Amino acid sequence: MLTRLGPFLAIGLLTVPVAFGLAGTLLPAFGYLPALGGMEFGLAPFAMLFSEPAIFMSALMSLVSGLATAAISLAVVMLFTAAWGGTRHFARIQHLISPLLSVPHAASAFALAFLIAPSGMIARLISPGLTGWERPPDLLIVHDPFGLSMMAGLIVKEIPFLLLVTLAALPQVKPARMRALIASMGYGRISGFVFGLWPSIYPQIRLPVFAVIAFATSVVDVAAILGPTTPAPLAVRLVDWMNDPDLSMRFLASAGAVLQLGVTAAAILIWIGFEKLGARLRDRFSCAGRRFRRDRVLRWGALAAMLVSACAIFAGLVALGLWSVAGLWQYPDLLPARFDLRNWMRVLPNLVEPLATTLFVAFISTFVAAVIAILCFVREDEMGHPPGRGALALLYLPLLVPQVAFLFGLQLLFILTGVEATLAALVFAHLVFVLPYAWLALKDPWRAFDRRYDQIAAGLGKGPVRRFFQIRLPMLARPLLAVAAIGFSVSVGLYLPTVLIGAGRLTTITTEAVALASGGNRRVIGIYAFMQMVLPAAGFAVATIVPALIFRRYRDMHV
Amino acid sequence: MRALLFSTALLAIGAVSAAADTTQPDPSNWDAVLKDARGETVYFNAWGGSQNINDYIEWAGDALKERYGVTLRHVKLEDTASAVATVVAEKAAGRDAGGTVDLIWINGENFAAMKQQGLILSPGWAEKLPNWAFVDVENKPTIRTDFTVPVEGLESPWGMAKLVFFYDTARIHVEDLPQDADGLLKWAQENPGRFSYPQPPDFIGSSFLKQVLAETVEDPAVLQKPVDESAFDQVAKPLFDYLDALNPAMWRSGRAYPQNYPAMKQLLADSELDIIFAFNPAEASNAIANGELPDTVRSFTFPGGTLANTHFLTIPYNASAKAGALVAANFLMSPEAQARKQDPAIWGDPTVLALDRLDVDDRARFDAIDLGVATLRPDELGPALDEPHPSWMERIETEWKRRYGVGN
Repeated sequence: MLTRLGPFLAIGLLTVPVAFGLAGTLLPAFGYLPALGGMEFGLAPFAMLFSEPAIFMSALMSLVSGLATAAISLAVVMLFTAAWGGTRHFARIQHLISPLLSVPHAASAFALAFLIAPSGMIARLISPGLTGWERPPDLLIVHDPFGLSMMAGLIVKEIPFLLLVTLAALPQVKPARMRALIASMGYGRISGFVFGLWPSIYPQIRLPVFAVIAFATSVVDVAAILGPTTPAPLAVRLVDWMNDPDLSMRFLASAGAVLQLGVTAAAILIWIGFEKLGARLRDRFSCAGRRFRRDRVLRWGALAAMLVSACAIFAGLVALGLWSVAGLWQYPDLLPARFDLRNWMRVLPNLVEPLATTLFVAFISTFVAAVIAILCFVREDEMGHPPGRGALALLYLPLLVPQVAFLFGLQLLFILTGVEATLAALVFAHLVFVLPYAWLALKDPWRAFDRRYDQIAAGLGKGPVRRFFQIRLPMLARPLLAVAAIGFSVSVGLYLPTVLIGAGRLTTITTEAVALASGGNRRVIGIYAFMQMVLPAAGFAVATIVPALIFRRYRDMHV
Repeated sequence: MRALLFSTALLAIGAVSAAADTTQPDPSNWDAVLKDARGETVYFNAWGGSQNINDYIEWAGDALKERYGVTLRHVKLEDTASAVATVVAEKAAGRDAGGTVDLIWINGENFAAMKQQGLILSPGWAEKLPNWAFVDVENKPTIRTDFTVPVEGLESPWGMAKLVFFYDTARIHVEDLPQDADGLLKWAQENPGRFSYPQPPDFIGSSFLKQVLAETVEDPAVLQKPVDESAFDQVAKPLFDYLDALNPAMWRSGRAYPQNYPAMKQLLADSELDIIFAFNPAEASNAIANGELPDTVRSFTFPGGTLANTHFLTIPYNASAKAGALVAANFLMSPEAQARKQDPAIWGDPTVLALDRLDVDDRARFDAIDLGVATLRPDELGPALDEPHPSWMERIETEWKRRYGVGN
């Protein structure tokens, strides 16, 4: 009975906020919002939008950066998996990269900024010795007008994500056997993978790729930290308009959110065009019998790209940590002249409240998401078949619709019902984003569970409830804790939902960090970004250590 | 199962919004205000981009909690306009009580906007606060006139501001320092890439534009009146000619700007910028004390004068914790809080009080403050230029955005 609720709750959670949010954005975009005096439908907000200076420049920036981010990160992941799949290097890199998935976007953007700025760690490392830069060069690197830094910041975060979804899809295509078969026909590693394995992997990771495009075209926090400012990418300007004291700007912001929706949709459509083009090229080469045996350069290039992206984040995080304990630290000193714990002592009292909110919201939303996901899977077992493709697409809905596009409307809805800036509203908003990840992370372990344990227990006369709580849940403790860690890290990293629904009154470590970004106080940013990084890492540590402790006396449960 | 029930219960609890405070506290009956305030939570919407200011507010919150039972929550804003936006939105949604903003750090065009739209707790309350007795109304005219707009007790003074420049003596000789805006332009052209200003509409960035406007305008009297749209282009022409000339000589050739003045401080420490500025004369001393700047940094101003103004606290008409907000505003105006604020080791923001009105102990607090090596004495700060009417700020911000904000 209860299990029937699972799918309903899940579908409701994934669709209702998005649908209501979109409605709450669309109506004002067309001039209708009685609370603000907009009684008639019309195109005035759009007229206002298109008269904004450089609006197309902003939209174009969002479009291009979204496509480039997806294309480059997918290419790196594909080439790397092709060239190194099944080797020891692959396993090592996989271990190196996986923790990066849990580093919030804002923290990795800061890490990159600290590294590549003209007075950043790289410049300090090679100056003045190699470069002769006695003073930082006047180079526009962070906030560059083409958004290259912003794209780099997104790419280093999307590579781990795409690598992980690729890894999840890989076993189903039996890579070892396929590789041997293709190699026996004389193909190079990369071409063999692209011709033989990729066509059956890509359809499985297509939705995550779309999610990357949607995210990269509409990101706010990374764009604010690394992106251009004259003009800023579309989503950043939208959030500014939303916060403008002039009421009419809300109409403008809503119209802008509709434009954002269009930009993201256009980006995905263009991507589908790329897909077709890519498939054609592939067929052409494969039908021509090209085997591309000499792919050494490409193979090492893929490895290098992977290593650079991982090391950039790690080095940047070290720089962040250093700044958090730095006293006076002038260019071009590689290390601070003095170390000083005073920064931490000063900031810690301010940290308590955002930290409490972060933990509370993350725990509750993760817990609820995990319960709903479990209910869905139990229901699936009862039904005897997995949900259809439509249900899967639904799961990606909150990840495919640009956040600004429906969060504006959702915020308005919460204001009108008087629940904005309450913990419950914030948990609800986080749940929308945590649930898809919880579901996806639990899917494979749940389905891989050996049903015969259930049957044995049933044979011994245990009822379904006891079987569930005494057999299934304990045996799935490891993946369940992993799901919790993933949900937790997703919640910790959420910026826009927290800013808009928390209305500035409920702040988390992430919103505080991004708010401080503009102040340019590297010491304080270092502390917040460090906390941002430590929280998810702690979650994953718990998810690793606790099962090891629980199962220490059960040899077959060891990994 | 239980989890589900729990979460449902949680959602239900959240839906019950806080009971609204409909009583109007009367500051002339201070004891009643204190009694009312006990147990209230004041959401203080204040710019949160500077750590030393945040720390100071944290200290004030602790003191308020301990002495008056008032909880102060700092809502850290990037731009004060967003607090105004919140009140505007609440008014539009008919939420005339139980608003989410209780106290705002404000002045200039944000105050003008709130006053004009009737969004402030009224009638005027600031001059009825007990600590008003110490305020230096005579010698600090900007306390009663905020950017040409009469204050009328609708905001309580919190601190004084004066545009002051900072440089590193390790890199610039004192005789090379510019003496006015034109000198600054010349200096920037001789030292390309070493000067910038925060990107308007950042408050300090816009203030720099107003400084140049005030220096270059033909007839300064027009700035004291609202913008006359028909004459704007002509009046503002010298300003934009100046900026056109300055832009290519700026940091990053004017293609990017620091986001605010603390960001400029970091750039001075990194030796990316050579001359920076702030509205707080003790900014550099404070940064030296915190290890953010080397102790070779010093201050200077223009002999012809720089902008000066006052910053205030105000209470929205629909605030949930009006009594608590009044208590907080009064406390922040107290000799104790003002003296602590003026200490460069804490913040360094000049006081709004008249020292000769204080008793001996309170005066001693101010006398004990070490202004720091990099702070100019009050008589070295130079003449004060009047802030233009708020409409100028808005108008030149829009024009700036059109010309430089969408560059490339």
